Amino acid sequence: MTTAAPAAPTGGFGYRHPRAKLVGLLGAPMAWLIVVYLGSLAALFLTAFWTVDGFTGALVRTFTLDNFIDVFTTPAYLQVMLRTIGIAISVTVLCLILAVPVAYFMARVAPHRWQPLLIAMILTPLWASYLVKVYAWRAMLNPESGVIAWFLQPLGLGGPGFGALGIIITLTYLWLPYMVLPVYAGFSRLPNSMLDASADLGATSWRTFRSVIVPMIFPSIVAGSVFTFSLSLGDYITAQIVGGKTQMLGNVVQQNYVTNLPFAAAFATIPVIIVLIYLAAVRRSGALENL
Amino acid sequence: MTTSRGTKVALSIFAAITFAFVYIPLMIVIINSFNSGRTLGWPPEGFSTQWWAKAIDNEGVRNALVTSVILALVATAIALILGTLASLALSRFRFFGQDAVSLLIILPIALPGIVTGIALNNVFTSYLGGLTFTTLIVGHTTFCIVVVYNNALARLRRMGVNLEDASSDLGAGPFTTFRLVTFPLMRSALIAGGVLAFGLSFDEIIVTTFTAGPGITTLPIWIYQNLFRPNQAPIVNVVAAALVLISIIPVYIAQKLSSADERGGGLI
Amino acid sequence: MQRSRLLTLAVATSAAALVLAACGGGSDDAGGDAGAAPGGEAYAGPVGDGEGKLSVLAWPGYAEDGSTDPAADWVTPFEEATGCQVDVKVFGTSDEAVKLMQGGGYDVVSASGDASLRLVYGENVQPINLDLVPNYADIFPDLKDKSHNTVNGVSYGVPHGRGANLLVWDKNTAGENVDSWSIMFEEDSPVAGGVGPYDSPIYIADAAVYLMATQPDLGITDPYALDQEQFDAAIELLKKQKGLVSEYWSDYNKQIEAITAGTMTGATSWQVLVNYYPENVGSTKAKEGATGWSDTWMIAKDTANINCAYEWLNWIASPEINAQAAEWFGEAPANSKACDLTADPEHCANYHAGDPAYWEDVYYWNTPSEACLDGRTDVKCVPYAEWSKAWSELRS
Repeated sequence: MTTAAPAAPTGGFGYRHPRAKLVGLLGAPMAWLIVVYLGSLAALFLTAFWTVDGFTGALVRTFTLDNFIDVFTTPAYLQVMLRTIGIAISVTVLCLILAVPVAYFMARVAPHRWQPLLIAMILTPLWASYLVKVYAWRAMLNPESGVIAWFLQPLGLGGPGFGALGIIITLTYLWLPYMVLPVYAGFSRLPNSMLDASADLGATSWRTFRSVIVPMIFPSIVAGSVFTFSLSLGDYITAQIVGGKTQMLGNVVQQNYVTNLPFAAAFATIPVIIVLIYLAAVRRSGALENL
Repeated sequence: MTTSRGTKVALSIFAAITFAFVYIPLMIVIINSFNSGRTLGWPPEGFSTQWWAKAIDNEGVRNALVTSVILALVATAIALILGTLASLALSRFRFFGQDAVSLLIILPIALPGIVTGIALNNVFTSYLGGLTFTTLIVGHTTFCIVVVYNNALARLRRMGVNLEDASSDLGAGPFTTFRLVTFPLMRSALIAGGVLAFGLSFDEIIVTTFTAGPGITTLPIWIYQNLFRPNQAPIVNVVAAALVLISIIPVYIAQKLSSADERGGGLI
Repeated sequence: MQRSRLLTLAVATSAAALVLAACGGGSDDAGGDAGAAPGGEAYAGPVGDGEGKLSVLAWPGYAEDGSTDPAADWVTPFEEATGCQVDVKVFGTSDEAVKLMQGGGYDVVSASGDASLRLVYGENVQPINLDLVPNYADIFPDLKDKSHNTVNGVSYGVPHGRGANLLVWDKNTAGENVDSWSIMFEEDSPVAGGVGPYDSPIYIADAAVYLMATQPDLGITDPYALDQEQFDAAIELLKKQKGLVSEYWSDYNKQIEAITAGTMTGATSWQVLVNYYPENVGSTKAKEGATGWSDTWMIAKDTANINCAYEWLNWIASPEINAQAAEWFGEAPANSKACDLTADPEHCANYHAGDPAYWEDVYYWNTPSEACLDGRTDVKCVPYAEWSKAWSELRS
């Protein structure tokens, strides 16, 4: 049932026909997203059920589940899926650990007039090309000549080098702003009255943090995690540059989409399913409102 | 609540270290742009400004920059329209399926870029004849919508409907209400959303490689291609360094504008 | 009701997408019959006035327009001579090239053997009328009519040059004289942990070449014609190799940087990259033989700029330009007359351009298919799509 939010006695066409107003507003964006986006996703999903001709490499439009069976029963692929999920979770956790204190600092500790500058400083790295940042990390992580190795050498330690750890560090670096900003927004929306009340009731700062602040910014944290998680899940360029011989989901899709689109499509449904599950789980926490 | 002094100091130090973490790689990029050697390795071989000179002269960079700017402007413009419409619908109405609709809007940015890329590429090459600048615009607009939508939605919710109600009570039609009441109040959120959408489109590489027509070189594509060419790689550093230095100003201004209206900016 | 409206819209559009997908155009199975020459008729000619533009898809270094180095430019003179304005796009792997050609919009492409046959059978390129390319006459005889660009006697392109995939190694780790691929495959290799294979399914052929020498019982004669048993053996070898690998490379810069920094100490590489390496890196063609490549300039099937395309083919195959291009990239030129025109008089000798014996154990990149490339009809060979899957499984 449709409910128009404001109930008014007078007004133009829009008031007398709220449904028309809604359709008028939603029509264009929905048409775009459904036709262009959902349509192409559906077409891709459909190709996952086809195969390619062994001789010419052309698409063969006969229904088969072979691709999906392959994806789910080959140990190497299951391994890469688990590894990618592991990396995505690690990146999210690391981003969290870095972002929460920084966001708190920006929202409540730093002088108020510094805030636009601090936000700008967090946002600015997003403008340095993604590729260049990853290559800069490659230079830093290089086990022979990188900055990190150069630093750690006198201590007798080796650096993380190229590999899963290198990927995690680089991805954390890349997506940190996406976690800091929603959490910062969450912190700045905290009503002081709640915090005062908590202190009045005798809670220590830590207790207030734990029992009052965290639950209130939880939606923001989850909102940030949607980005760090899904961006890490599908990334393949970073793995190519700092991953050494480690591969992620995205690499498998990218390697196969030219010669074997159906297989690549089948493989691509994995991250889609994972993200949809994650979004569904996240919906309950109200995070989607706080993006 | 008062944060204890110790906690404040600890947090300040932590924040400083984190900001350093964020900026050290960028410093390395800038330092490397003065590297006299050709590779991207460390430590730099020597000091030289030759790459800056070459970058300024380089026609490829200029063309790529122009292409990227045009693409980002067009995609942002369309996204502004579609995102505003969607945010108005979802903040002012409650209807069955609105969760599905908001999920759908978020999807282009929640799903991995490579999935969006190959899906669009498949449709464009198999059914629509091929890749062109238009297909590229379509790809970018799709993920820019959500960025605008989120900022606008957050602002519309905070605004409430009272002013709009008052406007209608006074006899203004919906378009007039939007023009004179809603829009001015949400303008800065749209600016922040637009700047972010612009930045997202400007730096996007994955969906771009799958949806750009032949001969179309955006800046990220130019960078990707030139990372292939050993003689050009340092120019890439110059371009990145320049981007960082130049972008601080508009980003700062956008933030000042949007926070002037309210405390705390939404991300996207 | 709003609900039914939204649902109907969603259902209708999905149904439309399904219908489109089911009957829409797209690449249908073309050229499945090995007897036909795909791609339609070759251009009858004669080559007339240029159409004014040309879109070129090339390996980096093949179509230089002065932007990399002002001294390397054979595109601008072409533009001046023919009036065809050239737009060059580069790619990093053959897979990319194929995908880009399938997407359309390019007029000519420099295709390696692992791309060329896919383009031919996928009807993305057209047969070439060699009479319209006068410089073809001077191409080295042992480069003409190769199986990777000639189908049923019909030619699909003009050779650009050829090169072998070289073995490179760090002399400080592996010594002065290394001549065998064993340093990249054996567990006791001095460069274990620093091996750098080429990151493409076609590298499976390199494993097959090594097996030709170390496991002759398998009976491999053509590393691109592998039956299931031979293929499995190659994959086994590659799985063992993975333990020795530091990085797989396909990006020029990545390899140069890795080798210069010392993280990659034993790898397969190309002369164009070897030119950048420091003193301590040696290079050679391994004694077991090697895979190699001979790239072919091909013309897109539905190009609007057919005259410019033929002009380009003739231009790039001309002795002067072929000499420039081959010298810049670091490969043996395809045109026999180019050898007299290279800036370095030793160039052709160094690259064995006119030395057929050198190329006997160089296996040019080719496209594996079910119909075995070595002519065997009693078994089915593993097609490229399977190579691709196996490679991606190996890399995961």
